[in-house]
Amino acid sequence: MVQKSKSNVIWKRLKKNKMAMVGLTITIGLLLIAIFAPAIVPYDPYTVDLSQSMRAPGQEGHLLGTDQLGRDQFSRLLYGARISLQVGIITQSISMVIGIFMGALAGYYGGKVDEFISYLINVFFAFPSLLFAIAIMATLGPGLNNIFIALGAVSWPGLARIVRGQVLQLKEQEYIEAIRALGGNDFKIIVKHILPNCMAPIIVTATLGVAGAILSEAGLSFLGLGAQPPMPSWGLMLSMGRTYVTTKTWLTIYPGLAIMITILGLNLLGDGLRDALDPRMKQ
Amino acid sequence: MLTYIIRRSIMAVPILIGVATITFLLTFVFVPGDPVRMIMGQHADEATIDSIRDEMGLNRPLSVQYFDFVLKIFKGDLGRSYKTRRPVIESIAERFPATLRLGLSAMAVAIVVGITAGIVSAVKPYSVVDGIFMSLALLGISIPVFYLGLLLIVVFAVNLNILPVGGFGGGDIRYLILPAIALGTAQAARIARMTRSSMMEVIRMDYIRTARSKGLSEKTVIFKHALRNALIPVITVIGTQLGYLLGGTVLTETTFSWPGVGRMAVDAVQSRDFPMIQGTVLFMAIIFIVINLVVDLSYGWFDPRIRYE
Repeated sequence: MVQKSKSNVIWKRLKKNKMAMVGLTITIGLLLIAIFAPAIVPYDPYTVDLSQSMRAPGQEGHLLGTDQLGRDQFSRLLYGARISLQVGIITQSISMVIGIFMGALAGYYGGKVDEFISYLINVFFAFPSLLFAIAIMATLGPGLNNIFIALGAVSWPGLARIVRGQVLQLKEQEYIEAIRALGGNDFKIIVKHILPNCMAPIIVTATLGVAGAILSEAGLSFLGLGAQPPMPSWGLMLSMGRTYVTTKTWLTIYPGLAIMITILGLNLLGDGLRDALDPRMKQ
Repeated sequence: MLTYIIRRSIMAVPILIGVATITFLLTFVFVPGDPVRMIMGQHADEATIDSIRDEMGLNRPLSVQYFDFVLKIFKGDLGRSYKTRRPVIESIAERFPATLRLGLSAMAVAIVVGITAGIVSAVKPYSVVDGIFMSLALLGISIPVFYLGLLLIVVFAVNLNILPVGGFGGGDIRYLILPAIALGTAQAARIARMTRSSMMEVIRMDYIRTARSKGLSEKTVIFKHALRNALIPVITVIGTQLGYLLGGTVLTETTFSWPGVGRMAVDAVQSRDFPMIQGTVLFMAIIFIVINLVVDLSYGWFDPRIRYE
């Protein structure tokens, strides 16, 4: 009951925030596109048809034109949403598992454990993240699966630091001490009593993290180190379009727009969630 | 103050060792395949490969290689490129000025545009101007740097034909304008948002009300009394962003064919030149650590209440 009324309050606050609702709409729209892409695309995004190469938007039934291999750009963009969301969600899941685990361990146990994990966090923070991801990709080789690993490995420290701070505060609360006095074991205390109470910053960080991961994937693919042809990754499409930037601008403009709208939507939603979940965090 | 600088510098040493360790693991432990074979190709004979392994010290135990690697870093030796056989540090020294030039120019754009927009927005909150600036800031944060770069190329280099498409142009400032704007935009947006929220908080404080009631001009109140305090959190953002900017020039350098360290790293990945990649990453991490130290120390200048003990 208490839980339900709490989420009602949060939803009401979120609903009042127009920008957050715009963000939510974009995000839901993107999710729907990703799920139903196979049913709604007018052309197969992988079929090469050189007779249709480089059609400008609107020509011969190609809403957003075709690329150098005659593939329909609109269909490829819709499929690209699948890749972007996959990257965002899987990367953030990896980052959350590591980040929450490390953060909770450091915050709860303190002492040497905390010192070591905090040290590790500081070391990871010392790397410029994109360059670090590039170095990991160099070791693992290009490809989508390796992007999950590289971006997951790069993005956990931010979350770990936040969780650590939260757990550090919460573990001193009386109700936690009471459970401990009653003989509750550490694992249960952390999972059942502490983590649920620090979900607000975790959700906000994860939402903004999805945006960051999508942006990084696009960047890595743009550099040729991420998704590989013929995948319809937005970053890769931009990288291909770059070759024709002076003559066939539609090959650059639309994939970039897709990335930008996605990031904008997630940023708006993330900001809105931050304000709704914890008004004290409002910037 | 001096003791604080020394203590903070000493604290950076373990971080540097950690950074070196991760880099070592990435280069020598996790890399699939034999690096020597990568350099020599599949057709080289075993004897040649073994002698080169010997020469590169790769036949020694991993622990010995590790200590050697870390020690060399502290001596400024980042290894030799597999491809050119030149010391990595030499190549970095050649390319870093271009990256620094781009990074600092982008930061200058970001600081000037960001702080100005932030102040204007904070002084007239919820006005039309504030709305426009903050919407632009939101777009600035969401637009990928390489996309903005390509758009700038389309508009200013292709359609208007007033600026070059890319390249270094031997240091000609016209070649710097578009890359600096592309790279600086996201930071300008972040700084604008931070300045606005920080200013709005400070403006509400009692001492600002006192300053106003003393009859001081609005200009003095804003610039002399409010801004200096409001800038403290902004400096943190600028500091962390400067490190990010230098690390994040990779995409901008590739978009504009700018001959910096970032592009060199991407080229190195394509040719699987591991010492070059790891050397670049290590170098940038060191720069990042140094910048953080400088940022930390600069707080005292802006906020005399902070004492270093």
